[in-house]
Parts: sequence; structure tokens; C-alpha cells
Amino acid sequence: MKERSISSDIFDIVNTVILVLIGLLCLLPLWYVFCVSLSSKEAVNAGLVSFWPVGFNLNSYHKIISEGAFFRSFLVSVQRVVLGTATSLICILMAAYPLSRTAHQFPKRNIFMWILLFCMLFNGGTVPWYLTMRNYKLIDNIWGLVLGGGLPVYNVILAMNFFKNLPAELEEAALVDGAGPWKIWFSIFIPLAKPSIATITLFTIVGYWNEFFQGLVLSTREANYPLQTYIQQMVVTLDYSTMNAEQIAAAAKLNNQSLDAAKIFVAMVPVLIIYPFLQKYFVKGITLGSVKG
Amino acid sequence: MFNKKFLKHYYIMLIPAFVWLIFFNIVPMFGIVMAFEDFNPGLGMWKSPLVGLKNFQYMFEMSDIRQVLVNTVVIAVGKIVGNLIVPMVFAILLNELCIKKLYRPIQTIVYLPYFLSWVILAKIVLNIFGFVGPINSIIAFFGGENVNFFGSADMFRPLVIGTDIWKNFGYNAIIYLAAMLGIDQSLYEAAAVDGAGRFQRIWHITLPGIKMTAALLAILSLGNVLNAGFDQIFNLYNPLVYSTGDILDTWVYRAGLVNLQFSLATAVGLLKSVVSLVLITLGYWLADKFAGYRLF
Repeated sequence: MKERSISSDIFDIVNTVILVLIGLLCLLPLWYVFCVSLSSKEAVNAGLVSFWPVGFNLNSYHKIISEGAFFRSFLVSVQRVVLGTATSLICILMAAYPLSRTAHQFPKRNIFMWILLFCMLFNGGTVPWYLTMRNYKLIDNIWGLVLGGGLPVYNVILAMNFFKNLPAELEEAALVDGAGPWKIWFSIFIPLAKPSIATITLFTIVGYWNEFFQGLVLSTREANYPLQTYIQQMVVTLDYSTMNAEQIAAAAKLNNQSLDAAKIFVAMVPVLIIYPFLQKYFVKGITLGSVKG
Repeated sequence: MFNKKFLKHYYIMLIPAFVWLIFFNIVPMFGIVMAFEDFNPGLGMWKSPLVGLKNFQYMFEMSDIRQVLVNTVVIAVGKIVGNLIVPMVFAILLNELCIKKLYRPIQTIVYLPYFLSWVILAKIVLNIFGFVGPINSIIAFFGGENVNFFGSADMFRPLVIGTDIWKNFGYNAIIYLAAMLGIDQSLYEAAAVDGAGRFQRIWHITLPGIKMTAALLAILSLGNVLNAGFDQIFNLYNPLVYSTGDILDTWVYRAGLVNLQFSLATAVGLLKSVVSLVLITLGYWLADKFAGYRLF
């Protein structure tokens, strides 16, 4: 039963148009980079490229393949994501189980929870962190990039909440059958928590992939940059303060914007690939993490 | 039920996570002792001379720190307000969408920027607002002068706040949309029978339905008042816009890791950490008291 009126129709039309425009606002900037990467250098520098490639060619992508530094950084990032995701998942899932027990089953549980919470909300700041990493000799070391961010406490709490919400009867039945904590954890809790593990895994992958700051301060050589740091350092920072308008335009022409755009696009690809999987799970992930009685 | 034999195994299960926590979260915290020292890398953290609160005193006397603090709070509060309101408006509009087939595609597209890093998005933003980028092409097309957007101190804050909202609004809308799913649909039908228009239905049904969610999000964002977003600003700013765009985190990075003023940078960082901790704790406490929200 819907009441039709002219004002309601106008609202629907305007609303649809606004929403489509909002959608375009999110999509077009990414599409623009893709178009620039496929356009000729000259067309980009002349400001001719908007939302369709001008002077279509694949030169930028050919150049990327032949450029060792880009590929090396790509591999550093892949290595970091693989090691980091494995390490994180093991630590998160193992710790989440005892922490999901009640204070009656595990009397010290709350002490550990308070320590975790404190570490989530407080940190020593950039400088002490950097000096600690240097003391550990984790400069130019892949493990610095894996462990440097510290334990992902928020994900531990997320996993713990998932475990806590599983029906207690399952565990009781297993206990009657004589199962120990490891067996309950591995053959009951983990299989049942698959959707939440997927959420955490995908967020961890994206998190490691996107991180650039640790890559910047923990690497002294470009060869050790993860991809995001490589991209971040890619364009030489120009000092605009001493330039006039013509000089800025001239400086912009020196950069191969098409090549830069291709690198940016390739760096987005992994996220675009896992995005459909992410989308399936992350809605559950954040609503469960936020509204919990 | 309590089983004493299990306890040992519980502790073993906690070992990997807590080893990581101790070495990479807790040990670095001891470095804050540098904030009370005149840190000398040659002497190390424990032998450098103690100077009490001198670093803090010096900090408050520096005029550029005051400016940095103002920049931080203005940008952070702008983001907090924008990131509360824009996703809410978007969620309401999406909820009213009449062509249901468009609902999913639009949602999928607007989430996307959230998952891309600021490194990438900043490069894209700088390109689009660049001197030969599409925005300036449009301005030139209408006969205007080219604008050096990210070289202008006046435009930096609005651009930072705006692009941050652009990146996050789709993701932030999820919670509002989830809250709207919880609204009883028969209320809308009853209102329609009573002759309520679209705006009246939004005003009297949708908004009250998401009121609690909005209040909760507002309280929880309290902890971000000093968090203006390092990743974003670090990738967008340049010396031309330091006067309006330099924030605590970027200042600490330059003072500490570029200019090697370890003690001063640690002191500023510590001040930020402590104030943030107090605000977040206050936020959680209020959320628990008024909305029954608990993290665990």
C-alpha cells in the first residue's frame, strides 16, 4: 500500500539522482587514475585526460614490469602480508579462546583483559617505538614490518566476543565426551567462528598491505620498502613555495604521471581483488564489534 | 565450569599474543622516560640526565606547538562532526531509495575508498586537484584562473576534512543502515495511512530509530579529538600549508625522527597519548552508563 503523490515522486527522482552522483563521486577518482595510466604522457601533461584514456597505450604497464624497484617492493609487501596474517591469526585465535572463558572458568581472565585494553588505548608514541625497534635490530628486517605494529588488540577482542557468543551447550557436550581445551578450541570453536575468522583475516591482509609508515622509518634502503612506502616516496616532493605558476606547471611536466598512475593502480589491485570477499563479511564484523551487550 | 587442569593450557594459549604484546606494545612504553630527560643517544635511555618537566615547560612556551595544537583540534573536530552527519544523511537517503536494484551497487561503490590506503588516495586527490588536473581543467574551461589547491593554507583544512569524509562515509553508514533495519516497518505503513509525507516519516520514524546509534557514535568519537589523522595529512601536506595543516603527529614525526629532538618529541607525543587515553576512557564510561555499551 503506497500513497502516490507528486511531491513523493519528485523526492524519489531527486533522491535517486543524488545517490547516483554520490556513487560516481566515489568511483570516478579511481577511474580517473586508471584512465591516466592508459593515456599517453603528453596528453596527461597537457591536461587533456579526464574520464576517458587519451592516446591509449600500455607503455606504463610495460615499464612497470621492467622496473626492478617496483617489483621488489611488491614482493616485500606480499611477504609482509603472508607472514603478518599468519602470525596475527595464530596469536589472535589462540588468545581469544581462554579470554572468552568466564571469570569463573578462568579466574585471571579480567587481569589479562585490562592489560589488553590498556595497550589498545595507550602507546608510548612514535619516538620511543622507533628507538625500541632499533634496539631490537629490526631495521631493514621483514619481521620489523610484521611485528612492529604490536599485537592487534582490537581483533583479539573481536574474536573473543565471537567465541563468547557461541552456545555454551556445545562446549559442555564436548567436556562430557572428555575433550580438553585444545580440542574444544580447534574442533569446535574455530570451525564455528569461520565467518568471523574470515572478517579478521581480510582486515588483517588489507591492514598490512596498506601500511606505509613503518615501512618508511624501519627501512634505510629503498630495496626494503613495502609497496605503499615505495608509492609514497615515488614522486619527489616539490617545494612549491619558491615557484611561480609556470614553474609548477613545468615541474609537473617532468613527472611521468601516466607511469605513476599505473603504479598506483597496480597497488590498488590486491584490495580490489579481495574486496568482494571483504564486503560479504565486514558488515557482520563491525556491527558485532560495536553493539555488544 | 571450573576445571583446574585446564588453567595451564589457558596460559599456554595466551603466550604467543602476550609475548608480542610485551615486546612491541609494553616495552616501547618505557621509552616515555625520555620525555623527562635530556636524552643523549650516546648515554642511552637509562643514563641520560633527568630534567623533570623542563621539556613540557619548553613545549608550552613554543608558539608553533600552540598553532599545531589548534590545527589538530580544528581538523579533528571537523572530521568527527562530518563523519557523524554525512554518513547519517547518506544512510537516510539510501534507505529511501525507491529503485531497490540500485541499493547494493551504490553501497558497494561507496565502501571502496575506505579500504584503500591514504598513500594511494592522497596521490589520487593531489592529481585531481593538481595544477594540470581535472578540477583545474574545469575551472579553466569556464574561464577561471588555475588554483593551486594544496599549496593554499586557507583551503587545506576544508580539503583534508572533505576528503576524509569522502573516504569514510560509506563505511560509517553501515552502522546507521543496520540500525534502520531494526525499525519496525509497520510504523511506516501506519504513518502512511495517517497521511504522513516522506519528510514527516523520516523525521518521526527514521530519525528517532537511529537516535541512540548516533549518540553512541558521538560519545565514542570523543577519543579522537587529538587524532587529526597522521596518514592522511602526512601524504597531503607540504611546507606551504604547515601554518594550518601541521598536526601533533606530523610535528612529532619531524621533530623526533627527522630533526632528532628525541626528548621534546617524546614529551609532545606523551601529552597526546595521555589526553587521548583520558578522553577515550571517558567516552567508554559514558557509553556504558547511558547506552549500555561494553567493549567486552
